[in-house]
Amino acid sequence: MQLIPPLLTRPLNAVPLVVIERICRLMFRRIGTAHPGLFERLGEHRTKRFAFLPTDVPLSFVVEPASETISVSRKTSDVTADAVTEAPLFMLLALMEGRCDADALFFSRDLSVTGDMEAMLAMRNALDASNIDLSKDLARLAGPFAPMAGRVIGEIRNRALRGEAASWN
Amino acid sequence: MELICPAGTPAAFHEAVDAGADAVYCGFRDETNARNFPGLNFSREELKEAIAYAKTKGCETFVALNTFMRAGAEEIWYRGAADAIACGADALILADFGLMAHVAEKYPDQRLHVSVQASASNPDAINFLVDTFNAKRVVLPRTLTIADIARIGKSIRCEMEVFVFGGLCVMAEGRCSLSSYATGKSPNMNGVCSPASHVHYRKHGRDLVSELGEFTINRFPEGEAAGYPTLCKGRFDIADAKGYAFEDPVSLDVMGELEALKAAGVSALKIEGRQRGKAYVAEVVKVMKAAVNSPPERRGALLARLHSMSEGQKTTSGAYEKRWR
Repeated sequence: MQLIPPLLTRPLNAVPLVVIERICRLMFRRIGTAHPGLFERLGEHRTKRFAFLPTDVPLSFVVEPASETISVSRKTSDVTADAVTEAPLFMLLALMEGRCDADALFFSRDLSVTGDMEAMLAMRNALDASNIDLSKDLARLAGPFAPMAGRVIGEIRNRALRGEAASWN
Repeated sequence: MELICPAGTPAAFHEAVDAGADAVYCGFRDETNARNFPGLNFSREELKEAIAYAKTKGCETFVALNTFMRAGAEEIWYRGAADAIACGADALILADFGLMAHVAEKYPDQRLHVSVQASASNPDAINFLVDTFNAKRVVLPRTLTIADIARIGKSIRCEMEVFVFGGLCVMAEGRCSLSSYATGKSPNMNGVCSPASHVHYRKHGRDLVSELGEFTINRFPEGEAAGYPTLCKGRFDIADAKGYAFEDPVSLDVMGELEALKAAGVSALKIEGRQRGKAYVAEVVKVMKAAVNSPPERRGALLARLHSMSEGQKTTSGAYEKRWR
């Protein structure tokens, strides 16, 4: 399933991976700072590697909670991880915020999970419990423009998820 | 009728309360409850905070301690009961007669509900629990028809709570050994049915194949809605036929029978789903609350919004209305 048209994601192929990864790490750190207990619920699964593969973006993301790092690679290279989740990018982001129900997306076949199911279930529950709000958490990176950035991120999210419980909370 | 709503995390708990739950049920992060999933449930501190929040909104909290105690490890369950009571739980939902006896003796003023896991499904069994342990409410198994419930209601001396929406367990709960057979773990003893540790999904061509332990549970062709990998909802080769032996991948929805349930003497409607996300809890509780307060002719349209969130994207009235195959 694709929510983002290929025309919009194609330019990502021209952006150096190191730049994309640096931006992602900045955002990941920002979320970690805002939610220090984010991975507490993972328990024994904290040392696992979790891959998130957006079906509509030519990139793969691997999160390692133990070292609190995120790495980015092109879809053309293989990803090594204990558990892998695939879904359109905005659905993955909505899951991060607990804005969509993972089971419902699984039933509708919009989301698939392979590998260590116990680890990924723990990750799902940890994220769902964390009250992440990307529009608030990431807007702070914009400094004095935070309120405006928050509104823009929120609007993009709502448009992308229209019909997918976007109005929730 | 009260609306009893699930919460697997404090975030989901807040959503349930804010959406209008009359009571929220939840459990500790250990083997004492039948939703002992990784990353789910409450620490003692989280439960205390959640109960305090619920009280400010006039909402009750029921704590599920509804697995069966392991011989020699009873202290885990005893401590769970003591801590839940100390946190301010309005009721404990129990399945093990030994634990019921312990709570009835040590905490005689504590309200006690009989879990569906106790499989109390006839007046003699229910009245025994009322008379012996002072149980105030029984959660009935999802194996009874509404006529059965009405007959039971006339003969028992406690309130009745029934599941009306969410995951559909078609077995005699607390007695089912299918998960144990396949994985060595069960909801009864370990708090997990078809534990994630034994679940595997793989793609076979365009099909999605689900496996539990050494058993293939289902193969979903592209475009077909998927379900949970439980043996009771597996698709198998049976003689010359391929199909679902017990039940399809489907969720329960008997909100169309609210008047009949009320007439049968049901006092509380339970939503299943402590393992679901807070988005599910928020949406389902909001819709169910609206449905309970709506005239019957408007309920169908309201509840249609929930079908896409249901297992297999389908719902059924289950045993409430049908005979077994």
